[in-house]
Amino acid sequence: MTKLRRTMLFVPGNNTSMVVNAGIYPVDSLMFDLEDSVSLDQKDNARFVLHEALKTINYQNKELIVRINSLSNGMGQTDLDYLIPLGKVAIRLPKTDSSQDIIDCESYIEKIEKRCGMKVGTTKMMAAIESANGVLNAYSIAHASKRLIGIALGAEDLVTDLHTRRSPGGLELSFARSMILMAARSAGISAIDTVFSDLNDMEGFRSEVEMIKQLGFDGKSIINPRQIETIVEIFSPTEKEIIAALEIVDVMKEAAKMGKGVVSLHGKMVDKPIIERAKRVLETAKVTGQLARIEDEYYE
Amino acid sequence: MNKIKNFEAFNPDNIENKIESYITHRIENNKIVGSLEEAIKKSGLKDGMTISFHHHFRNGDHIINNVLKTLDRMGYKDLYLASSSLNVCHEPLIEYIKSGVITQIDTSGLRGPLADAISHGIMENPVIFRSHGGRAAAIESGELKIDVAFLGAPSCDPLGNANGYSRDDERANDVICGSLGYAKIDAEFAKKTIILTNHIVSYPNIPFGIPESQVDYIVEVSDIGDPGGIMSGATRFTTNPKELLIALSASKVITNSGLFRDGFSIQFGSGGASLAVAQFLRQPMIDRNYRARFALGGISGSIVDLHEEGLIEKLLDVQSFDLKAANSLKNNRFHQQISSTYYASPMNLGAAVNQLDIVVLSALEVDVNFNVNVLTGADGIIRGAIGGHQDTAAGARLAIVVVPLLRGRIPCVVEKVNTVVTPGKCVDVLVTDYGIAVNPARKKIIKTMKENHIKLIDIKELQNIAITMTGKPKAIEYKEKVVGVVTYRDGSKIDEIHQVVD
Repeated sequence: MTKLRRTMLFVPGNNTSMVVNAGIYPVDSLMFDLEDSVSLDQKDNARFVLHEALKTINYQNKELIVRINSLSNGMGQTDLDYLIPLGKVAIRLPKTDSSQDIIDCESYIEKIEKRCGMKVGTTKMMAAIESANGVLNAYSIAHASKRLIGIALGAEDLVTDLHTRRSPGGLELSFARSMILMAARSAGISAIDTVFSDLNDMEGFRSEVEMIKQLGFDGKSIINPRQIETIVEIFSPTEKEIIAALEIVDVMKEAAKMGKGVVSLHGKMVDKPIIERAKRVLETAKVTGQLARIEDEYYE
Repeated sequence: MNKIKNFEAFNPDNIENKIESYITHRIENNKIVGSLEEAIKKSGLKDGMTISFHHHFRNGDHIINNVLKTLDRMGYKDLYLASSSLNVCHEPLIEYIKSGVITQIDTSGLRGPLADAISHGIMENPVIFRSHGGRAAAIESGELKIDVAFLGAPSCDPLGNANGYSRDDERANDVICGSLGYAKIDAEFAKKTIILTNHIVSYPNIPFGIPESQVDYIVEVSDIGDPGGIMSGATRFTTNPKELLIALSASKVITNSGLFRDGFSIQFGSGGASLAVAQFLRQPMIDRNYRARFALGGISGSIVDLHEEGLIEKLLDVQSFDLKAANSLKNNRFHQQISSTYYASPMNLGAAVNQLDIVVLSALEVDVNFNVNVLTGADGIIRGAIGGHQDTAAGARLAIVVVPLLRGRIPCVVEKVNTVVTPGKCVDVLVTDYGIAVNPARKKIIKTMKENHIKLIDIKELQNIAITMTGKPKAIEYKEKVVGVVTYRDGSKIDEIHQVVD
């Protein structure tokens, strides 16, 4: 089944109440943070809270990811020591500049997996790209490990590196977004967009979500549950799209019986890429639960 | 045959001072007395009698403490204090309980140090808790007889037309409380009614919350309360994501309940999640071109916004929650002040709660039988008020209770509530952040929810989830002594509150 990553909610690892209750929000992925939202003197606390929560709390079928600290100062290794043996979370590596960062992290993860008697490769990884180097190396990063499930843009650090700042419309991020998207698609993994931090600017948020959907992103990191609904709305296929997809799949089944590869539907040509898009729409609709309802009505 | 009463013969001499007062009566013939002491003396108050108050000044109230101070100074003992509710600011009452000035309390709720002291057994007699409707009925039936009502009012004319605001004298709006809904019944039934006001305004003070015909004495005082504690600017919608999630779920229950239609009626109880439901109903109302016929109960600024936008036609206001609501009552034609009888009395078939489609209520705890506790905390100590909970749950066609599954480390969906306040029989739907549970007795609601693809969860499952996260809490230890009697709105006893062990 297709794994949706439309919404990835940041949860500060040392905020016990948020960690405990994170499961209540209708997001696809929860991303518990040990890095920037946790101050230095809270790192141990956050690791402990996360470890206990992940052990006890049932987050149902949500994808669980932990953003660890950098491996360059030893903190990232401690994070991994705590988390990997649980066998429950994917690891998001921050500030990934090159494929070597992924390789280093992977080899540390592999050591722990072996030590714990886990199957090597169980732990999935994500990489956040937050620098000019990272953007330019996006292709090799995305291909650096079979463990990778996605790459994500981290805009705040990137714009600093680029000597600019974020603006409405995100002109300054256009190259990075395109680069990351191409790299992700080339490697067959998810592309996740950066956070939108002004909680009160829901209009600006909406237009950014619409833009990244149009670019081809799979979803977006979010910092507050208030942002969930807009993303879900924009990233879920409309009823019209689902019905059109059902029609396309139907008409192609008929065509296949007759040995045809191209047919016409409502006066428009339907060929392979269109069928593939229709199938993707249906897969998404299946996961969102929309398909069951619409299919009933469609076949009636 | 009719008995004919022996009428007394008319005597023109019995008309008092008609000619002599021609010029002066406006000044002299009024109900203003020089001091609170004088009013108390004139009222005929004696030891052992019942005095009453309202709680429209909420946590900014200075009336109760000041009146008790005077009564104490005057040497009164053994008084029965019946207030529509009591708050954190009423801590000084502890001293008057200790000194025997007050020997019995009758209220909707208790909070803060006074509640704590009572939970620890400071009083000989248990406190009687009543819902707002239950209190109205008890007063109407004579079960609760008020001898002297001390009612604070931000505006009052010399003859006793009193109100929580003034439409024409802006001075009186420095300390504004909006509706005097809970005080109306006291004024109507008390043997003597004393208005304490900080603003004597010109006659006639209309509109009035309390008419002069029900007022005996007026005392002008410099201080009735702290405006900041009485009300804030406007109750802001919560930004707490958990409360918003609960509110969103509750709004979905409402829009899929079958009761959401043009002309529906609704009440939002106090509490972040409950008030936020209004915000999530706005768009569906606009989309479907629905207008609510009325909103009832405590009115907050967010409800006023919907009213002013034309989405709610009428507001029936027993208590104005914030400045925006109070100003709306002052300015808006279809924002009506109502009494607690009109609102919720079980003796009144026409009570507004019986006309209510939907109510959204908060809770401290709910148990697997849908019983609700809004009075005692997880430590067994009194920390809440019944308010209109029982009344609206019984009256509304759809009673929704919103509660987070956990508050910190405390589970709020439990096997058995500490104190039963609203019986599970009256609760239809429980909305939590971990799912929506419908009372299994409500087969129709369950069917409607399922048809509309609303995912439901068994309430016992919710309780299990809570327990897996918090562990099973240790039972609260109580002593034998009963410190509170919780009445149901019909006057029967629904539960008891016992003294806590230190």
